[in-house]
Amino acid sequence: MVNRMLNRLKVAIGTAAFSLLATAAMAQAPDQALIDKGAYVARLGDCVACHTALHGQAYAGGLEIKSPIGTIYSTNITPDSNGIGGYSFEEFDQAVRHGIRKDGSTLYPAMPYPAFSRMTQDDMRALYAYFMHGVKPVAQPNKANEISWPMSMRWPLAIWRTLFAPAPAEFKPAAGTDPVVARGEYLVTGPGHCGACHTPRGFAMQEKALDATGGAVFLAGGAPIDNWVAPSLRNDPVVGIGSWSEDDLYYFLKTGRIDHSAVFGGMADVVGWSTQYFTDDDLRAMAKYLKSLPPVPPAQGSYTYEASTADMLNAGKTASSPGADVYLRECAICHRNDGGGVARMFPPLAGNPVVVTENPTSLVNVVVHGGVLPPTNWAPSAVAMPGYGKTLSAQQIADVVNFIRTGWGNHASANVTAADVAKLRDTGAPVAGGGFGAPTSGWPLLHPQPYGAGWTFAPQTHAGVDQAQ
Amino acid sequence: MNAGKTDAIIIGAGWAGAILAKELTEAGLSVTVLERGDDRATAVEGDYPGSIDELRGAIRHRLFQNLSQTTVTIRNTIGQVAVPYRRLAAFLPGEGVGGAGLHWSGVHFRVAPDDLALRSNVIARYGRNFIPEGMNLQDYDVTYEELEPFFDKAEKVFGTSGEPHTIKGKIAGKGNTFAPDRSDAFPLPAMKDVYSASLFKTAAANVGYHPYSLPAANASAPYTNPYGAQMGPCNFCGYCSGYDCYMYSKASPNVNILPALRQDPKFTLITKAHVLKVNLDSDRKKATGVTYLDLRTNRQVSLDADLVIISAFQFHNVHLMLLSGIGRPYDPIANTGTVGRNFVYQTITTSRAWLPSTHYTNLFVGAGGAGVAIDDFNSMNFDHGPLGFVGGSPVWVNQAGAKPIAAAIGGPGGKAPTWGEGYKDAMVETYRHSLTIDAHGSNMAYRDVYLDLDPTYTDAYAQPLLRMTFTWKDNDIRMNQYVVSRIEPIMKEMGATRYSLAKLETGELFDTRRYQTTHLGGGAVMGADPKTSAVNRYLQSWDVPNVFVIGASAFPQGMGYNPTGMVAALAYWSAYHIRTIYLKNPGPMVQA
Repeated sequence: MVNRMLNRLKVAIGTAAFSLLATAAMAQAPDQALIDKGAYVARLGDCVACHTALHGQAYAGGLEIKSPIGTIYSTNITPDSNGIGGYSFEEFDQAVRHGIRKDGSTLYPAMPYPAFSRMTQDDMRALYAYFMHGVKPVAQPNKANEISWPMSMRWPLAIWRTLFAPAPAEFKPAAGTDPVVARGEYLVTGPGHCGACHTPRGFAMQEKALDATGGAVFLAGGAPIDNWVAPSLRNDPVVGIGSWSEDDLYYFLKTGRIDHSAVFGGMADVVGWSTQYFTDDDLRAMAKYLKSLPPVPPAQGSYTYEASTADMLNAGKTASSPGADVYLRECAICHRNDGGGVARMFPPLAGNPVVVTENPTSLVNVVVHGGVLPPTNWAPSAVAMPGYGKTLSAQQIADVVNFIRTGWGNHASANVTAADVAKLRDTGAPVAGGGFGAPTSGWPLLHPQPYGAGWTFAPQTHAGVDQAQ
Repeated sequence: MNAGKTDAIIIGAGWAGAILAKELTEAGLSVTVLERGDDRATAVEGDYPGSIDELRGAIRHRLFQNLSQTTVTIRNTIGQVAVPYRRLAAFLPGEGVGGAGLHWSGVHFRVAPDDLALRSNVIARYGRNFIPEGMNLQDYDVTYEELEPFFDKAEKVFGTSGEPHTIKGKIAGKGNTFAPDRSDAFPLPAMKDVYSASLFKTAAANVGYHPYSLPAANASAPYTNPYGAQMGPCNFCGYCSGYDCYMYSKASPNVNILPALRQDPKFTLITKAHVLKVNLDSDRKKATGVTYLDLRTNRQVSLDADLVIISAFQFHNVHLMLLSGIGRPYDPIANTGTVGRNFVYQTITTSRAWLPSTHYTNLFVGAGGAGVAIDDFNSMNFDHGPLGFVGGSPVWVNQAGAKPIAAAIGGPGGKAPTWGEGYKDAMVETYRHSLTIDAHGSNMAYRDVYLDLDPTYTDAYAQPLLRMTFTWKDNDIRMNQYVVSRIEPIMKEMGATRYSLAKLETGELFDTRRYQTTHLGGGAVMGADPKTSAVNRYLQSWDVPNVFVIGASAFPQGMGYNPTGMVAALAYWSAYHIRTIYLKNPGPMVQA
């Protein structure tokens, strides 16, 4: 049934425009090309991911976002009176790019309007046309946020906005920029809002940089969100994408899997609902832009494969290493003794950036809870990793994570303890905060910031086989 | 309630249903697949290590049909009162998405070309009088050459591992010398031979037979099929038969076809939908759709369609035809009708050899589709003249991985004690140092072996159960006894310290309490003559031309090979002709 619903949701997103036009035949409806373009811009922004509840109707809101101060529900953005049916283009633009609702109050910055603020007028017009004429109205009232006074007051959000959100201005590439790179920059820093997860945040949870002018901190990897750490997208050879080619990035975003990596965690939803639908040109542009970013000082030197780990596992000599022993029994059949995995299915652990990234939360989380590669149109298999939270002890999981982070030439610190694992497993707390020193709690006055300790931003995955997550 | 209309309804989400759904959506049709069981995905059913919990899995029948809702009744002969099959044992039909294709082993054969025209071949070689009285020996009305492209396609979808003999007439490998010519190589190299299989390979060659590594739909290496579906490399864990492979190594509809279908907006899968009947128009010449019971709400739903594909398990196909009034029920006394006629099975006996204690066979190692076989006594590959029977058996070591509970229930075998220290010692010896050799043979069709509706028992939905009238016949017993006698020289050559040869005994009756094989066949067979076949060579109902019946139900005889490869090829064959002929001009594709 879940699959049926998913399919219907996908169909609904894809065909709503046509069916609506056919039935409504509204006199002032904009032309279909503009609506189609808006549907694509909505894909670029992945609006559906947050504005659709699990198994809910597309864009009708209701996704539960837990925060330390209470639960926020995403809102209905269908053209219904419960949604944004009464929004003029200017009001729509104010919300999406300025973070200001029709009633004048400020949006929670869970809505990445600082990134959207640079979206072009053309894209905004198209997006508006799509939401007004291509999306099916759903009469679903918004759920009241479950935040009690005084934290429920929105006025501090306006201060936050004034301090940290840029003045909205249409993206203009620097003079002389290669047009493909410029398109990539627009997609990454604008509608794609990659930095929302991949750029570390400052003392008040603001992104430390909104584009490459912010220096090495831009896209340098974020703090855990739902216990997934968005890794660095800079060209660091070990913890970043330094060893990735443009082709790798292209295929990763299109299919969720390449020979040496496979998407998991929060990014699985992004590939499943957003990037797999991007045009090849746009994916290539993003890849080219990311690879064109200025070099950063390597965080862990360079990576050299060490065969001694595989030799030990091949010989079965794991008596002195409890982590290797667990690995051999539980992990090696898929990820292999040489840590090389199986191309496009079971990602390698040797030299994999997400394995050695400073914060080990993702690795602990995937071992505890497992994960599923999202099925995409270009790689339809939903390949799953089982969760070991119930079959391995906290100590065993700590041991195997430490083993993986130091095996085959990986040089991350092996400092995960059983207590860290038990905490994540039992309370959902991350093993550590942000890799770039991002705080896990913000300035109390500016409370409602997303993406920190205690936030569950997308616990309800929409992609793939969600029973398993 | 009426749920509207779709272009095509497919009943059953196993191999045949998944293949037809893929082909028909490719042809542009909207397709609704109705499956009475649960949806099944590797992420859930293959969730390691729960997926290899033997008690929860094979012993408590996690992936098998729930007999408390509907089952069959069984009797040996016409004069008896059939009683319900209340406990799964002799055969294990699947339930849920993937069907038996999810819990199968993965042995993936083509067909022995001679088997497709067995009646003609037997008559040509031995004369009409060679066919025993009461044996309904028939031809399929399709040739190997016609099916070859579809065997090839199925292997590429399944990611089959194997070694060819000839490709386009040229020797291409050390595969089965009796295998028919191929248009292309296997998509993956053969699975490695486990130790026991390699011993068998050497010994069988030494005594003059022609051993080969079994073609297996267990991936010997990572593989991406033409639908983009991915398989992982098999690790010989032994949890194939009865389980959902957690490594994505064993081909299944769930791993190899459904991922692509689930991305297709033209595809709809409705689970917990138990089809009660195919609805026919007033003159019973056209199907209008189906009526199913929504098992979640317990409400009846009718769904209309232009095309109805019956692709459930073999005997469910026959049951549904009988319940719906498609075709004429078979009457063994009057020898009229076709639906239920030529119900067939397979013969299988498992012999065991014990090796010196220096030889570790380690029975826990294995893969369901892998092993080494000989075809010297299969099909028409040997002279039946002096032997006086029709049919044959491949013989193989197919070490599929012995699981602890099943191994303990099976016991150590031979003349070992059944309890105490002697039992334990024998169990250890058997588990570590023995191997088994199967004679997995054909079963012919007979006038008084058939399927019909049971006059006494009904299922949970108040419909009559299907009745099986089945027992072993002298021809097949003698065939099995002969082939088993040919195993003995191999056992000796392998250096067995002792061995026990298992064979069907003269006069033996079919015993439902012991697992044999799930390779049931026939009952809605294909053929050239509407008087003796229920479907034509394209698996189209002779009587209701917009109904196609896909599966082993189309086999006129039980063949020596495992049936899945043949079922898949027939499914692609039928789908191809639906696409290229039927959809352009709906109606009978063969004039009766």
